[in-house]
Amino acid sequence: MHQSTLAELSSALESKQISSEELTRLYIDRSKQFNHALNCFITINEDEALAQAKQADKQRAENKHSSLTGIPVAQKDIFCTNGIKTSCGSKMLDNFIAPYDATVIEKMNAAGFVNLGKTNMDEFAMGSSNETSFYGPVKNPWNTEHVPGGSSGGSASAVAARLCPAATGTDTGGSIRQPASLCGITGLKPTYGRVSRYGMIAFASSLDQGGPMTHTAEDAALMMNVIAGFDERDSTSAEQAVDDYTEKLNDSIEGLKIGLPKEYFGEGLDGSIAKIIEEGVKELEKLGATCKEVELPNTELSIPAYYVVAPAECSSNLSRFDGVRFGYRCEDPTDLSDLYSRSRGEGFGEEVKRRIMIGTYVLSAGYYDAYYLKAQQIRHLIRDDFQNAFKEVDVIAGPTATGTAFKLNEMINDPISMYLSDIYTVSVNLAGLPAISVPAGFVNQLPVGMQLIGNYFEESRLLNIAHQYQMNTDWHKQIPKEFQ
Amino acid sequence: MSIDKSEVLKIARLARLSIDEQDIPDYSDELSNILSLVERMNSVSSEGISPISHPLDLSARLRADKVTEKNQREKFQQNAPLTDDGCYLVPKVIE
Repeated sequence: MHQSTLAELSSALESKQISSEELTRLYIDRSKQFNHALNCFITINEDEALAQAKQADKQRAENKHSSLTGIPVAQKDIFCTNGIKTSCGSKMLDNFIAPYDATVIEKMNAAGFVNLGKTNMDEFAMGSSNETSFYGPVKNPWNTEHVPGGSSGGSASAVAARLCPAATGTDTGGSIRQPASLCGITGLKPTYGRVSRYGMIAFASSLDQGGPMTHTAEDAALMMNVIAGFDERDSTSAEQAVDDYTEKLNDSIEGLKIGLPKEYFGEGLDGSIAKIIEEGVKELEKLGATCKEVELPNTELSIPAYYVVAPAECSSNLSRFDGVRFGYRCEDPTDLSDLYSRSRGEGFGEEVKRRIMIGTYVLSAGYYDAYYLKAQQIRHLIRDDFQNAFKEVDVIAGPTATGTAFKLNEMINDPISMYLSDIYTVSVNLAGLPAISVPAGFVNQLPVGMQLIGNYFEESRLLNIAHQYQMNTDWHKQIPKEFQ
Repeated sequence: MSIDKSEVLKIARLARLSIDEQDIPDYSDELSNILSLVERMNSVSSEGISPISHPLDLSARLRADKVTEKNQREKFQQNAPLTDDGCYLVPKVIE
């Protein structure tokens, strides 16, 4: 039962094969059993989850339920959950009990999902390996000496290990897609503005987006139906009408035009990864798609531009953590300045401080034009590259990550190498486009994901292609041995 | 472009981050490395390209000037380190 998808669990609950309470207990027991080994969860929400589950069973008995009522899921610890610790993976918020629900949480509760707990993550969503968390690194269930990816590493690991059927993640530079790729699950970053950021602790406001991490594209569609939509409490929320993301899943992809960017398949790409992506694209061609080469000439510049824009925005967003109103406060501050500096210096980890400092530098007087303004111009070029490509093709395909999951401690002392590994994901955030990563194979028994990038608000198309791919392959059904 | 010790101290002060004297060389190296990475942006001319702050050119939404939030000070102050009579307490600022 713990291997089931959201769709299968919905049927099982409906046909009374299992109750929500039994299902919730099953996942809670698994989570408690395996959390020591994987460290996916910062908080396992046992009592409240069981209460929610009992309530869900009552609603089902009274026929007052919806199709997803009573299904347990995990929430990345970046979403405010009323009355539940919300730490963002940081000492700064270790003592923070959120006094409200994020819109994503509100919507998921309203749809009847049970909140299993809050998943571990890179501190303040800054990282690509889930090694920067105050609560310790998360392990990859495929090989626990390897990282799960980041920053949504806890969510990815939990879903891959079948500790929960689905989880939420957030993606600022690849933080849903890359861990999905490294853990062999499906992860979708929606179009910027598609999912409300209200109550989602901000890292980089023009890049952040929350989204589903699931076993299948179908499940991602089910979750999107719950979380997508305009929210007046998020000033960057898109007013675009919301699709029924399940409607087009079974459409044929005959005639679909796939673009393969020349820059994604250069000499630097590992041959074994390239082969998997080529095979993935061939599968889509078997289903009637065609592919051609496209150009995204400014791809290389996306990394430097991202590592200006994201730290700049983070330095601004994290200025609210000052030890005054909430969060960590240092002991015995001598004056206000000391209170600020030491609360922040002691409360933040190394990577966060590095990014705040770079962000502060590039925004400071005398440097703004050279760095931040320049990055915003590069951003324009990158957006235009994609728009030019979409004149010739419908979707763009390529690898999600430059390799499989690397070993713990292998890259954490080399931030630059870590940053360079984001090459396939960051330009998508800079352009605000939707993108999905689907499991596409294995190299040395570690998962490899294929990324599909769509034009604005074309999540339905991406989910359709991913679903057709998953109907004809079984990479997404593979489960790490110890967690079967 | 590199970031030397005095620059590191200046940035740390602007960002209100306390850093240990012994860590300054590491910060100097790390931040200089990141800047080198970032300077790759200069490999392309962006003359005449307008900067965009938002991918979709949205503009700020306006709303009616009405009170819509309710006062939940007591609830929110449950997370506060130190309060008194509804105020947040900090070390004295003005002598």
